[in-house]
Amino acid sequence: MSSDHRPAVMRGSGRPASPYWNPYLAGIGLGLVLLAAFVLVGRGLGASGAFSSSVAWLVNLVAPAHAQSNEYLQGYLGDGTTHPLKAWLVFEVLGVMAGALFSGLLAGRARIMVEKGPRVSTGVRLLCAFAGGILMAFGAHLARGCTSGQALTGGALLNVGSWAFMLMVFVGGYAVAWFMRWQWR
Amino acid sequence: MAPFYKYGFFGDEMSLVLAFVLGTGFGFFLERAGFGSARKLAAQFYLYDMSVFKVMFTAIVTAMLGVTYLGWLGWLDLSLVYLVPTHLVPQIVGGLVLGVGFVVGGYCPGTSVASLATGRIDGFVYAFGIGAGTLAYAEVFPWIKGFVNSNELGQVTLPEVFDLPWGLVVFAVVLIAVAGFSAATLVERRFGDKA
Repeated sequence: MSSDHRPAVMRGSGRPASPYWNPYLAGIGLGLVLLAAFVLVGRGLGASGAFSSSVAWLVNLVAPAHAQSNEYLQGYLGDGTTHPLKAWLVFEVLGVMAGALFSGLLAGRARIMVEKGPRVSTGVRLLCAFAGGILMAFGAHLARGCTSGQALTGGALLNVGSWAFMLMVFVGGYAVAWFMRWQWR
Repeated sequence: MAPFYKYGFFGDEMSLVLAFVLGTGFGFFLERAGFGSARKLAAQFYLYDMSVFKVMFTAIVTAMLGVTYLGWLGWLDLSLVYLVPTHLVPQIVGGLVLGVGFVVGGYCPGTSVASLATGRIDGFVYAFGIGAGTLAYAEVFPWIKGFVNSNELGQVTLPEVFDLPWGLVVFAVVLIAVAGFSAATLVERRFGDKA
């Protein structure tokens, strides 16, 4: 009997984490989920849209007049007859949370920690994470989707914009990788 | 005949239930692949672990072959599957910005959700950054709207643009993926010892 009564998710290093799956196996699983989305609902997977719905909902709570006069947020609020969070991607992203937590708990990988290289402080790493999130939001909105909604979904459907986008994600990433290596290596 | 939702086999409420179920699968496999970890994801850009490329292209090839065969069998009407409209230049710029954000922050939106769900504080802060960025984007939207909506090519696929048969493009993508997988493994062997 362990003396640690915190839930397994916080104990962390209690047992060694299982190795990650073979990338091809995980990729086939991901591809089959994507295919199921195409067949069942006629759309692919996504993520960034759920953030937009959540932000629109929050702004509408705090400053309704401002939210409703903003053309971009208005698009996610609709005509007011449906709750802004009653959106397909919001439910899908809630599922992503549940599925990832389930997998992480099974593998002993779920724990409170910061992912970073050995040379960077936690504070700087979190600052970079925040800045990266802001850049990501702009990139995803300019491109009408992120790595899931554009690259993965549109990639499988041979969407022209998705393939151009995907190529540029790698170009952008490799272009700055050398300058950011202190954060990861 | 699929897509079932578009053919009225079930309604909106059921589609939301399916959204959650499909999301569960999405999150499960993302975490299985190691994509709840920013270090694992960032490794793609330092060449010692090419899992991002391998997982992404395996998923793309799997789903692409799936829709292709289901279409040929006449079970799936691909014209009813939603295709994001192409706006080439904004999407090229968006991809570049997103790629930079990926290396700076360590995640993309989907993987940040998987990471925060498994307790990664940096993933949570990253998701918060996406929220802040979305808020900022909404404020500047009136000024950049013209650019975002420029260069419209409509809902268009590679076979249509290059006037090639669908099957030929599918075959080419499979070949490129297989060649890419071999190349990625060679690259990992070359740079792996520096991990």
